[in-house]
Amino acid sequence: MIELNSVSKSFTLFNQGAAVIDVMSDATLSVAAGECVALAGASGAGKSTLMRMIYGNYLANAGQILVNGVDVARAEPREILQLRRDTLGYVSQFLRVVPRVPTLEVVAEPLLTLGVDPAEAEARARDLLTRLRIPQPLWSLSPTTFSGGEQQRVNIARGFAYDYPALLLDEPTASLDAENRATVLSLIREAKARGAAIVGIFHDAAARVEICDREIDVSAFTPQSAA
Amino acid sequence: MTPLLQVRDVSKWYGARLGCTDVNFDLYPGEVLGIVGESGSGKSTLLNGLAGHLALDSGQVIFDTRAEGPVDTVTMSEPARRMLSRTDWAFVHQNARDGLRMSVSAGGNIGERLMAVGGRHYGQIRSEAVDWLDRVEIDQARVDDRPSAFSGGMQQRLQIARNLVTGPRLVFMDEPTGGLDVSVQARLLDLLRSLVRRMGLSALIVTHDLAVVRLLADRLMVMKDGHVVESGLTDQVLDDPQHAYTQLLVSSVLQV
Repeated sequence: MIELNSVSKSFTLFNQGAAVIDVMSDATLSVAAGECVALAGASGAGKSTLMRMIYGNYLANAGQILVNGVDVARAEPREILQLRRDTLGYVSQFLRVVPRVPTLEVVAEPLLTLGVDPAEAEARARDLLTRLRIPQPLWSLSPTTFSGGEQQRVNIARGFAYDYPALLLDEPTASLDAENRATVLSLIREAKARGAAIVGIFHDAAARVEICDREIDVSAFTPQSAA
Repeated sequence: MTPLLQVRDVSKWYGARLGCTDVNFDLYPGEVLGIVGESGSGKSTLLNGLAGHLALDSGQVIFDTRAEGPVDTVTMSEPARRMLSRTDWAFVHQNARDGLRMSVSAGGNIGERLMAVGGRHYGQIRSEAVDWLDRVEIDQARVDDRPSAFSGGMQQRLQIARNLVTGPRLVFMDEPTGGLDVSVQARLLDLLRSLVRRMGLSALIVTHDLAVVRLLADRLMVMKDGHVVESGLTDQVLDDPQHAYTQLLVSSVLQV
């Protein structure tokens, strides 16, 4: 479902004397449907960079990034947007929303965008918000004023609203209490069971062992010059 | 799928001074394209040129019309282009006063566009105007007030209602949130976002506010000195800018 072939990435900082920083070379990996793979490596090794390249958020300089057959490294913006709508989900660490939009709508939005019946989308959003213990009185409010933990749970609810065939998870259990952590882990298990290919960053070692089938050490992709 | 708008090699000069040049892009139905750049980068020139408010020096602006399919609007007859700008196109000015008739009531401002496309039944026009006031969150009791008695934010929302009442397929927006305070901006963003989604509109939004394009635009074009220096997915351009100027632009934004 997700396949990287010899992907490399460098940043050119034009405002700092056009310094070129090589951050990744020859990254190759593949994740099958129903598999959960953890990206491992020290801070700065390139876990987030790799994940952002798969999402099309960072441009790859070379190589191939196939998600369900679409090469994200070369696809038109329009194709990537379509891929993000119907195939590739991403739960980032930060919630970015239009102010004033109610939480229920924020969570239901990925489904609404796909043309799912509004009542059905809302039912799914209610179910997820309940499972993630967001108090019902908050559902009609914008999440912009919520606590950090609540925002993160809204973000997770949104990320799991639609059954994406491929999912990217950036520290989904960070800063969650034990009960919510357990809920998130079961959401991930359910996604695996229905055949989603999952790539995640988990600093939570217990969660990683519990949920992931294998680990990929991204420091293997660190260019020699920067090591 | 046929692009709604195909822009090919568009250039505009002001005498010897460059407005914008070599602009090329396709806009597909339902897509929102943001155009960013500093003052004088040519972004407003481009928008006004594409909308037919300024005569372009070269290039094609091909619009997928309902009746005849793709037609170059640059070489189209003036009456045909005017009809287009009253039906399938809409233009939201930065200054609402440029897009409204200040001496005509709010309801009249909305109704005028309906009458321009053949609406004649007073009751229907009025009820549609009232319905649109409601959609843009203006109290229906204000239907007979003149926009000169409205706040800046209300004027901007009225301008949007006036523009969208005829169900356009393409909306040109020039700094739609410029000059409004942030709470009003948030309200307007929410409104624009939901209208774009519910009506399946395509939009071109010129702005210097990167936060606005991050929330509204699918794709982004960065302009400098009349040239498009970078384009791509909005979050990719903002998070991994490839051009020196875009990097400067992104790193210059104050974090809140």
